[in-house]
Parts: sequence; C-alpha cells; structure tokens
Amino acid sequence: MNFETVLPLAPWVVFFPVLGILLNLLLGKRLGEKGIGIIASLAAGLSFGVAVLLALGLAGHPEGATYPFLRWLAVGDFVADWNFRVDTLSVTMMLVVAGVGSLIHIYSIGYMHADVRHNGEPGRFRRFFVFLNLFVAAMMILVSADNFLMLFVGWEGVGLCSYLLIGFWFEKGAGGIANAQAAKKAFVVNRIGDFGLLIAIFLIFYNFGSLDFETVFAQAPQVAAALPGVILAITLFMLLGVTGKSAQLPLYVWLPDAMAGPTPVSALIHAATMVTAGVYLVARSQALYQQVVLAQDVVMWVGAATAFFAATIAVGQYDIKKVLAYSTISQLGFMVTAVGMGAAVAGMFHLVTHAFFKALLFLGAGSVILGMEHGHEHAAAHGSHTEGHHSAFDPQDMRNMGGLREKMPLTFWVYLIGALALAGIAPLSGFFSKDEILADASLHHPAVYLVLTAAAFLTAFYVARQLAMVFFGKPRSEAAAGAAESPAVVTVPLVILAVLAAVGGLLNFPTTHWLEKWLEHSLYGVEPARFILSVALISLAVALTGLLIGWLVYGRKPLEDARQPDPLARPLNGLFLALEHKWWVDELYQAVVVKPYLRLAQFLAQPVDQGVIDGLVNGVGNLLRSTAQSWRRIQNGYVRSYALTILLGVVLVVTYLVLR
Amino acid sequence: MNLSDFILTLPIITLLVWALLLLVVDLWVPKGRKGIVAALAALGLAVTMGVTLSQSGGSGLAFQNMIIVDGFAVYLNVLYLVSGLVVVALSHDYLKRMNLERGEFYPLMFFSIAGMMLVTQAYNLIMVFLALEFLSIPLYVLAGLARERPESEESSLKYFLLGTFSSAFVLYGIALIFGATATTSLALIIERVGQGALNLPLFIAGAALMLVGFAFKLAAVPFHEWAPDVYQGAPTPVSSFMAVAVKAAGVAVLLRVFLTAFPSLAAEMAPLGWGIAALTMLIGNLLAIAQTNLKRLLAYSSISHGGYLLMAFVAYGNPQVAGQAVAAMLFYLLAYTLTTFGAWAVVISVEQNDYQGLELDDYAGLGLKYPWLGVAMLVFMLSLTGIPLTMGFWGKLFLFRATVDAGYVELALIGLLSSLISAYYYLRVVVMMFMRSGEPRIRRDGWLSLVAVGSALAVVGLSLLPNQILQMAAQAILSLQ
Repeated sequence: MNFETVLPLAPWVVFFPVLGILLNLLLGKRLGEKGIGIIASLAAGLSFGVAVLLALGLAGHPEGATYPFLRWLAVGDFVADWNFRVDTLSVTMMLVVAGVGSLIHIYSIGYMHADVRHNGEPGRFRRFFVFLNLFVAAMMILVSADNFLMLFVGWEGVGLCSYLLIGFWFEKGAGGIANAQAAKKAFVVNRIGDFGLLIAIFLIFYNFGSLDFETVFAQAPQVAAALPGVILAITLFMLLGVTGKSAQLPLYVWLPDAMAGPTPVSALIHAATMVTAGVYLVARSQALYQQVVLAQDVVMWVGAATAFFAATIAVGQYDIKKVLAYSTISQLGFMVTAVGMGAAVAGMFHLVTHAFFKALLFLGAGSVILGMEHGHEHAAAHGSHTEGHHSAFDPQDMRNMGGLREKMPLTFWVYLIGALALAGIAPLSGFFSKDEILADASLHHPAVYLVLTAAAFLTAFYVARQLAMVFFGKPRSEAAAGAAESPAVVTVPLVILAVLAAVGGLLNFPTTHWLEKWLEHSLYGVEPARFILSVALISLAVALTGLLIGWLVYGRKPLEDARQPDPLARPLNGLFLALEHKWWVDELYQAVVVKPYLRLAQFLAQPVDQGVIDGLVNGVGNLLRSTAQSWRRIQNGYVRSYALTILLGVVLVVTYLVLR
Repeated sequence: MNLSDFILTLPIITLLVWALLLLVVDLWVPKGRKGIVAALAALGLAVTMGVTLSQSGGSGLAFQNMIIVDGFAVYLNVLYLVSGLVVVALSHDYLKRMNLERGEFYPLMFFSIAGMMLVTQAYNLIMVFLALEFLSIPLYVLAGLARERPESEESSLKYFLLGTFSSAFVLYGIALIFGATATTSLALIIERVGQGALNLPLFIAGAALMLVGFAFKLAAVPFHEWAPDVYQGAPTPVSSFMAVAVKAAGVAVLLRVFLTAFPSLAAEMAPLGWGIAALTMLIGNLLAIAQTNLKRLLAYSSISHGGYLLMAFVAYGNPQVAGQAVAAMLFYLLAYTLTTFGAWAVVISVEQNDYQGLELDDYAGLGLKYPWLGVAMLVFMLSLTGIPLTMGFWGKLFLFRATVDAGYVELALIGLLSSLISAYYYLRVVVMMFMRSGEPRIRRDGWLSLVAVGSALAVVGLSLLPNQILQMAAQAILSLQ
C-alpha cells in the first residue's frame, strides 16, 4: 500500500464517527435500535478500516508523516493547526481504539437493548451510541494530534464523554444521585489533572515558542541544557495530567466510582482506551522525559506504587466491576512504570494486550450482570421474594453469584482466558507484556522490580478469588440460579476478544520483537527489549502461586450463602477491613481536601461574593443604569433637536481641526 | 461607453431590470398569491448574486472611471444580496399578516441594494453622492410603508429630514474637495495630492464634512439619534435591513473614499475617527441598557456595533496594518450580519399582528416554551457580546488585534470595556427568556424559523473556521490599496 495515497485518508478516522453521530441524530429516531446500532458500529468500523489502511501504508514507509488538514487559527505568533500525525505510535493507538471500540459498539447493541429496558428508559438507546461515537472521535483527535493543543482538545473531549457516560443513568444509583455524583467526581478529579497538563502546555509554549511535537522534541536537548528546571516542571505538571487521566496515585479515586456507567463504557473508556491516554502521552513525550532523570524516577515510582496499592484494594472488593476497576488502575501502574523507566515499547505492548484482556473481562462481567438481571427478573416474575427487598438486590455483588460456570458456559470460558491473561499465565498475552516490563525493571531498578512482582502476585490472587466467587461453587441467590447465557451479539465480540487476549503476545514475541521494530520509528530513544528467562520463570511461578493460594482460600471451600463473611476477614481482621474500605482514601480526601475546600467556598460565597463583589457589581450596574436613564432624555424625539446635535457634532469636528 | 462598461456593471443592471419587471408582474398577481412575487424577488437576488460572483477575482474600471469593480466590492455586494435574500424571507409572512403587501416593497428594496452596490463601487465623488441618495430614498419610502400607522410615518419623515440634512454635508464636503483639487475623480485626487497641487485647508475641511455625512449613515455618535426612532417605527424587516445593509454600505463607502483618496490625511482624520468610534461604542452600549423595547434595544446595539466597525477606519492611514484592519472589518461585518438578522428574525416571530409583543417582558419564558427559538436567540446575544464559540468573538478578536497592532491600545481597551457593558443588556434578554416564567406567544412561520435557526447554526458553525474566513476577507481587499 502506497503511503502517499493513504495519508489523505487520515482525517476520516475522526470524521467517520462524527458522521455516525450526525446520522444518528438526524435519522436515529426513525431507524430504531437496529439501525442506530448498525450506523454507530459501522462508523467505528470504518474508522478502524482507515487505521488498517494507514498501518499498511506505514509498513512501507515507517517514518510516518504529518497530514496538514486545517490552519485553524493564526493570531500574531500563535498558530494553531489541526494536523494529523500518522506514525507507527499514533496508528497503533488508532488500531486499538477503533478495533476494540468497534467490538464494543457491536456488543453494546445487545447489552444496551437489555439495559435500557431494565432501567425503564428505552428512549436513551440512541443517546448512548451518539456518546460512544463522540468518544471515538475525541480519542482519535487525541492520538492523531501533531501538537499539544490538539492533543488537549482530544484529551478534554474524551473527558467530557467519560463524564456523560458515567452519568448515563444520572437519575439512578443509590439515593437517585449516586451515578450523577460519580460522574461529577470523575469530572472534578480529572480537572485537577487537566490543570496540570494545561500548565505544562503553557510552559512548553512559553519556552519553546511552539506546540508542535516535532519542534518541541527537537529543541528539547538545548532547552534542557539551558533551563533544566523548566523541563522538570513541564514533565511533572504533565505527570499530574497523567495521574488524573490514567488514574494513578493520588488521583485514581474517580475510576472505581466510574463503574456507575454502563458496562460497555467501563470496558471501552475506563479500561481499554481513554485511561491509557496518559501512558500514550508519556510515551509520546519521551524526548522530554529522557532529559530529566528525576522526572523519570517520579513517573516510575508513581506507577509502581499505584500498581501495588490498587492491587491490594482489589483483593477486598465484592463488586465484580470494582475488582476489575482496581485491577485496571494497577495494570495502568505497570504501564506508567514502564514508560517512566524509558521502556516505552514495553509500556505500549502492555497497553495493547491490556486493552484486549481487560475489555474482554469487563464485557464478560457485563454478560454476567445481564445473566444475573435476567435471573432476578425471572425470579421476581414468579413471585418469590426470598432475597428480601426487590430494590436492594445487587446484580453486581459477587457474593450473590456462584456456580455461573454451568449457567453461562461460554461467558465462563472467555472470562477464564481473560483472567489468566491478566494474571500473567504463559502463553497468554498478559504474560509476555508484563514480563517485558518486569525484565526491564529487574535490570535497572531492582526495588521497582520487587514492588511490581508483589503486585503481580496480588493480581493472580484476586483473579483466582473472583473466578471462584463468580463461577464456582453453588448459586448463592435465586438470580444466580436462574441466570442464562447472553445472546450472540454479546458473546461473539467476547470470543473475538478472547482470541486476541490469547494470542496478543505474538505482537512482541521475544524472538521477533515485531512491535519494537514497528514503534522504534516514532518513539524517542527506544531501548532494545530483553527476554530474561529467569525473570520470566519467576514471574510465572509467582502468578501460579497467587492463583493456587487464591484457589485454596476461595475455591476449595466455596462460600455457602451470600451473607457469609470473606474467608480472609477473620485471619486478616483489621487489614481486610482496610482493604474492603479501600484504605479509607476517599474518607481521607473528604476530610483533608473536600471539607476544607467546601468551607473556603462557603466563605467566599457568603460574605465575600454576595457581600463585597455583588455589592461592587450591583453598584456599577446601578450607576450605568442611572447614567443611561439620565442620558436618555437627550433623545427627546424632536427632529429639530436631533438636527441640532448633528450640527453640534460638526462644530466639534471643525473646532478640533482648527485648534489642532 | 462600450461593452465592457456594461459587463462590469452587469450585477447592478440585472438588479434594476429585475426590479422594474417585478413592479409590472406584481400587477397581474392576485392578492393572496403574493408569495409568487416574493419568490421572484428571491430569484432575482440569487441571479444577481450569481452574476456578482462571476466577477470575483477580477477588477476594472467602468464608465470613464466612475465605477470600480474589485474584490472588496464583490465581497460587500454579496453581503448586500444575502441581506436582501434574508429580508425577503423575513418579510413575506410579515407583510401578509400586517396587511402591507404592496407591490412596490421588493422593487424599492432592490433599488436600495443597487444604491449600496454603486456606493461601494463608486470611484468618483459625484457617483458617491448619487449612489448615497439612490440607496437612501427608497429607504425613506420603505420606513413609511405602514402608512396608516403614525409611528411609521414619523419614522419615514424623521429619516427623510435628517437624511437630507446629512446629505447636504456630504455634498458640501464634495464641493470643498472640488474647490481644493479641481476634480471629483478619486484617481485624479490621488494624482493631485501626489503633486501637492491643492489647497490643503479646503481639502481637510471637505474630507471632514464627508466623514460627518458617512458617520450619519453609519449611525455613529453624535450623528446617531435618528436610528432608534426610525428603527422603532419602520416595519420590522425594514429595520433589520437598515441595521445591517445600510450600515455595511456606510462603512464600505467610508473606507473606499478615505483609503483611496485621503490616506495623506490620516494624521487629521484618525483622531476624529478614534473619538467617534470610542463615543459610539460607549454611548451606544450605555443607552441600550435603558431600553425595554426590543427594536430600540437592537437599534442601540447596532449603533454600538457601528463603533466597533469604525475601529478599522482608525487604522486606515497606517499602511502596515490597514489591510489587516479592513480584513478584520469585513470579517466583523459577516459576523454582524448573521447575528443581527437572526436576532431580528426572533423579534419578528414574537411581534404580534397589532405591533405589540416588542417589550422585554414579552420574552419571559420564551426559551422554556420554544427552546429552538430561545437557544437561537441565546446564540445571537452571546455573539453580539463577543463570547467564544460564536462568530462575534472572532470578529472582536481580529478587530481588536488590528487596532492594537496599529498602536491604538486605548481604543481597544474602550472596545473591551464597552463589550463588558453590553453584556448587561444582552444577557438581560437571556435571563428573561430562560429564567422568568411567562406565556410568550410567537408567530409560527417556516421562513422565520429557518433564518433564526440557520443563522444560529452559521454563527456557531463558522466560528470553528475563523482562519479560513479571515483569509477569504483578506483576499477580497488585496486590490483596495
């Protein structure tokens, strides 16, 4: 495929989803659910098609190029262009976003069909797909940007979509407000991160005089030599943005709550694509990070700490999606560690495989939830209410599940593949990508290596716990007993993702290193990946041990009924309570940040704003008003006085000219 | 006189011939089917637009240097013709329900547009004066179209008396310039100025008097007082036509004459322009605050926007930034046209058959009951204030930027400050529409809604491509200097 011929197609990665939005907005009502779903999926699919063509084009021209699309604005020295960066890194992201995105679009047709009915609002079906297409468009803008400004446009765009989709059922959730609060939390926390990114962008423009990737990265060594502090500030502020978007310490708290969104959203936005934007940003900006070792170390340690910390919390969760959410935070920690160490290829590799297996796990969890809801409605229809209050039943609580292996066999098998890939069991994809990160850490940063290995152990442990609680043992509720397998539109994407999750390791298989050869054209300072047999064996052993212990605790003697405490609760006692309550981080933030902030806001609102500022504003307003009222009298309606005013004007003009 | 003269003036000829034909055709169209006349009028404007667009890129002089054709003229002519098309859409239903369906309405508007085109293309001061009269006289008649209403008569008479008064200044100015240079041709004036063969005090006085006359057409302070009374009394579509097209023509002739013939007088004229622009922005916005009638409010709003447009004039003597300023002005005119017509469309929708429904209180609850119309009006109010994501924002940005580049930072600050003042009354409309409850009544008409919603979409949509439009405007003026 000739690169020059496919390059002009680049804008279509954005415009196909936009077209999908427009078509669904204009025609969606008449087309019905099938039509809406097909249009939206087709839009994502065509975007994927373009990405594939671009990838084929790049195969013969791996240096890539920039496609100039639009000079958006030129004011003085400031120029804002909307160009499309087509290189191996951006196209890799495009393939992931549109590929996984298309599968999730298709899955959503089936999932949302049931979900909108379950929530009693069939009219929202179209809105969901409009938002989903909007997300794909924004994400494509982000990854195809060739300057920091357009990247920021996409960055904000995906943030908006995330907010809209977390709050998709904004009037539902605990107390009718929990979902809206989750959306708000995601928005506010992300805003803190975006503020950091914005400062970084300002600093870049101030010091480099440009926002173009190419210009900035080319000048980075000179600027770093002249002003090392500036580069440090830029990279650390950028890191703040990364911790917000990619849910790292200390700003990870929004992601678990974001599970309030429909499950396909959790899969697409909060696992596979949007949350990896931070990893992409650091990978893209390697030229900046590699100038300052301190920044790299900070990034690396933030990632490693997050990887371990989030893994501990995942052990104590009962909600099937919350476990996956903390697992996502933890895995993102692995990626951030990798890009922080300069092992950007390993980070990107894990990003890709994680997109496969985590999307698979979330969609599998969605299938489980559908089955549980089906069983619950079935039970309710038959008049038995042994579960107590109808509304109190939580179809996502793993304590209510059990034994689903027999009820939903296909879901079980694909979920098993995803779970083992996450745990890092050879030869599934997660093993290879995680191992590459561990190998790199073991060479340069032994302490990080230990932390990550511990996190890997915990990962395998909570994976075993989840598998045992959901699929093994006996059904612990009528809903679980009555669960049924999901329809084909749901399971077919699962099977495709399962295949990808199984064989994704081939992308950067230790002998070929195909992904590395692909990415080295667009990543700055690529280190050759290594395969260290001892590290691989150790990590495999750790994963198997984790699975085994998990199985011993949860699988050998499964829970008998939903109210039985977790087997770890007694031996670990206080520690388990801490895990279950997520180390009380939310409560800590509430007390240390939110409460004082609200008090300050209250102070600024009540005496300061309503007293001083409103007084000033109203005073000026009244002054203007009364001036206007008094001047109004000049306008008396008599032509003779108007003519006199004109004459007066002429006299003024002439006087000025004479006196000048 | 030869064929090329006629080819260069073909748009104007087309328009005039079409107007005469319309006058005749109207006789045979029975009452109740006047929609045919409106459709024919729209067709005529569209045909003329096609002819005009075929001239884009070219330039030339016709009729012994009386008339010039260039990119500047083509851009503005298209703007006038678009205004005409919008006015047809706004008028058709309005004339019917107000019982004003007179055959002369569309032809008069055509004549006025032809006058605007001529005044934009005038290359001789005599031509300037004739064209000014040609565009004004039909407007005097149009303002008094509702002749059974005393307000309409008052509007017409006031406009006529004051308009004639100000024309006298233009004519006197032309006479002085002829006295100073012994010619009225712009080309020859440039030549005489270059040779230094002129009487400078007379020349300056003449230019100053012409500035006054043009400022009247623009409704710049202190020559503005006619505007609110005239706009209020005239039939509303006519008011919208005056607020947009006449103002555009005023700026066009000002820039054409001063940029071509009087660049040497920049030292004298720029401070005058500075003062008039500053006064116009401040007083226009300030007086708008006191208005409760929407037509008067929009009249003061259009006065203040005349002040913003005059910012481009202040920089005219500085060759480094004159082009940038004029391009910004053309951009601003486009933004102003789209926004203002949209706002007037909403006003016409709310206006009742008995000429009631024009008070601010009549808009209470409009946005809640008619969300499309309410949101469209919201967009127009934001655009007139200059809030981002609208064309109005970019227009102000480019204009202020040009003004700062020309070294008039204070004027840009005054512009900024007066925009702030304007938020007071623009947002009051929004507050009325969305935060007060009421029982608004509107006139449902497809063409009105099309203008309102279409303008709102354009105001937001085109604001995504500011650079492309600015480039287009800059292309248009390459030949002006």
